[in-house]
Amino acid sequence: MSTVETRPPVAAEAPPRPPGPGRRLLALGRNWWRQLTSMRTALVLLFLLAVAAVPGSVLPQRSVNIEQVNRYFVDHPDLAPVLDRLRAFDVFASPWFAAIYLLLFTSLVGCIVPRLRDHLRAMRQLPPDAPRRLDRLPQHAAAVQHDGAAVQTAERLRGLLRRHQGLGPGWRAVVRTHDDGTATVSAEKGYLKETGNLLFHVSLIGVLVGVAFGSWYGWHGNRLLVAGADTAFCNSLQQHHEYGLGARVGAGDLPRFCLELTDFRTTYLDSGQAEAYSAVASVSGPDTPARDAVEFSVNHPLRLPGANVYLLGHGYAPVLKYTDRYGQSQTAVVPFLVSDSMLTSEGVAAFPDANVDPATGQRDPLRQVAFQGLYLPTTPEDPTVGRSVFPAERNPGLLLWAYRGDLGMDAGIPTSVYRLNQGQLDAGRLTRVGDMKLLRVGGSMVLDDGTKVEFLGTRPYVNLSVRHDPAQPVVLGSVALLLAGLMLSLTGKRRRIWFRVSESTTPGSSMVEAGGLARTDHPGFAEEFRSIVGKA
Amino acid sequence: MAVLSDQLLVVAILSYLVAMVCHAAEYAFGNRGRVARAAVRPARDAAPAARELAVVGARPVTDLPPSSSSASPAGARTRDWPQLAGRAAVLAMVVGALAHLGSLVTRGVAADRVPWGNMYEFVLSAAFVGSVAWLVVLARRPGLRHLGLFVALAQVVLLGVAGMVLVTPVVPLEPALNSYWLKVHVTAAVLASGTFLVGFVAAAMHLVRAGYEQGRRSFPYSLGPRVPGAEALERLSFRLHAFAFPIWTFAVIAGAIWAEAAWGRYWGWDPKETWAFISWVVYAGYLHARATPSVKRSTAAWIAVLGWATMMMNLFGVNLFISGLHSYAGVN
Repeated sequence: MSTVETRPPVAAEAPPRPPGPGRRLLALGRNWWRQLTSMRTALVLLFLLAVAAVPGSVLPQRSVNIEQVNRYFVDHPDLAPVLDRLRAFDVFASPWFAAIYLLLFTSLVGCIVPRLRDHLRAMRQLPPDAPRRLDRLPQHAAAVQHDGAAVQTAERLRGLLRRHQGLGPGWRAVVRTHDDGTATVSAEKGYLKETGNLLFHVSLIGVLVGVAFGSWYGWHGNRLLVAGADTAFCNSLQQHHEYGLGARVGAGDLPRFCLELTDFRTTYLDSGQAEAYSAVASVSGPDTPARDAVEFSVNHPLRLPGANVYLLGHGYAPVLKYTDRYGQSQTAVVPFLVSDSMLTSEGVAAFPDANVDPATGQRDPLRQVAFQGLYLPTTPEDPTVGRSVFPAERNPGLLLWAYRGDLGMDAGIPTSVYRLNQGQLDAGRLTRVGDMKLLRVGGSMVLDDGTKVEFLGTRPYVNLSVRHDPAQPVVLGSVALLLAGLMLSLTGKRRRIWFRVSESTTPGSSMVEAGGLARTDHPGFAEEFRSIVGKA
Repeated sequence: MAVLSDQLLVVAILSYLVAMVCHAAEYAFGNRGRVARAAVRPARDAAPAARELAVVGARPVTDLPPSSSSASPAGARTRDWPQLAGRAAVLAMVVGALAHLGSLVTRGVAADRVPWGNMYEFVLSAAFVGSVAWLVVLARRPGLRHLGLFVALAQVVLLGVAGMVLVTPVVPLEPALNSYWLKVHVTAAVLASGTFLVGFVAAAMHLVRAGYEQGRRSFPYSLGPRVPGAEALERLSFRLHAFAFPIWTFAVIAGAIWAEAAWGRYWGWDPKETWAFISWVVYAGYLHARATPSVKRSTAAWIAVLGWATMMMNLFGVNLFISGLHSYAGVN
């Protein structure tokens, strides 16, 4: 399409120049355009498109899995920056990939516009008159005597062709009478092949337009949501843990609603494989009607006005209560990161504001406390293995390591919430206190300074993706038309049949000669021709 | 039921193997075979009847009077056996396909669901569609029987790999797969893959035959005289691809609709999606090349072969070596 737009300026620049170079430029432009819209170029571009997509599946992609990209940078420190400059980690958003498909679509437009024009003209025109020598055609039936005068017979044959048996419309047929007393019937069929062909290609443009609009006006946000009223979330950018907005979407365009996870249900097989899981939530907010106990699951998203909520994953969030040296208690609900299919989960409960002297209000940065934990929903006989044996909470146990010191949270550098700050550990500013301990629900651990941590239990959490793509109906409609057009273009067959009816020597009867031509590859045409001539 | 399914798979593999051996026998000793041609060579100018005999029995032609040669009982018996081998091969193919179907059905009953929930079952299903597509082609064009050798070979290899490498115990579906879109999306993908497989065999044989007709005699082209005419193969290949391509398109669309419900987006360039797209583009290129008179038919056939290579990459490469959202192979 870019070339469609750039070609007129070439022509417009021409007048001020001497006619020679201008015309040459025009000729050059026309030549380029012809090259671009040729089938050979289209084939090369199709092939290039396929080849260009290969690195997108072999190399990790930012849009698919950013962690894998980061790992690739760590594993290949020399190669990764070079690949990154080639946009190899964003293949499908890269300029070179866009160049290929835009050229391909330009070629497509250049190819189908003239064909559309020709096809519309052909649809309006009547089938051409019979050639002089029907016996020169690939299909031919010698003249046979029929009852009725020439014109009546011709009209009867036209009627026969128009009332075609089977699927689809009948033949387009026309009768022409000639000065020598003969009449010809010209019939054509199979316009749907070209119609389907054009529909397929136009629909491809529809898909591209739909995808483009979706990327402009769509948005998504990801959020980890822990069960409970105190951990409910409302749909605003600040409350999403990760988000992406389309180019034409602002933060204020997101529909306002709040979501509270009230329950999470799972059933597992004895092998530990999940059989089904679903989340139960209550929805409220100005932009959506309030509903209680709505259930959604994998394959069955929660569809709200202007947003869909998808359940992508789940896990456990242990609840820990820490009582510091001044007797102050804090409770933390900490989502743990799932590390295997049996839901062995790991995480860190940090208490940066613990051990603040209530008398002075002074925080001692060396007395911050954090607990690194490994949660096993079903603890094996030997818990030091450190792996859960079943994903449901049959025998829950929490392995805890206590740390004290400076958590390093004040530096303003974002760190993983699932791990302790490795820099602080290496520098010795954060040190382990005592040994690992296995806590059961309700159990507690007392640290050497007399402070205490209690394992109160767990709450389920879900990983949600909240998304909206307003152009989805455009894409869906386009692909439906695309499929219809594809089937028409692959099954349709363009062919013509002619009858020449002349007066017979016997009064009241006429001689009928027939010829047929398949305009596209159609092995069954001979049979069809014989069948139609037989019925005549 | 699961055990019965495994046993039926063994029956299917053995039947396909028998079909392969019988086809190979017909191939080697049939009236267009190597032995036959060797026998014909000295008698190339002999009368057709005598040549007919020489073709079959590899007996000294001069032993029999020419007039009675074709009616001789010994001649008739020896002439028939490669033909019989060919028929037996078709029968073995049918038996194999039935056992194959039985294996799929019992697997489905054992798991109480559609039998294409993991890679093992997918390969089994797609290979079964390939068998059925081949038998349909054979029923309509008995003259193509020689191609059965390659179909049987492909079946033995695919089922062998499935039975030895990919096999997994019967388990119910993962929650993400538990959707009616599994039936729609995977059925379409299986149908398209099976038909593309037979289309690929026809395209490859077309290339062999066309190369042979151009005078090439090295290994793959030496198979040329044994396969049907290049034009018939090319047309068969086109019709199979033209049949499978809309089904493949539908499979991709159904997958996109399902992905919207399961993962929140209809297209995300997951490796499996990327390779489905690559295959789609390559096969679209094939159809365009086939429809363009200035592009040689052999070029189009090469594109079809490339298309099948991308399908194989998607099935084996992506499932086993690249991790993504479609990681349901269940193979460790």
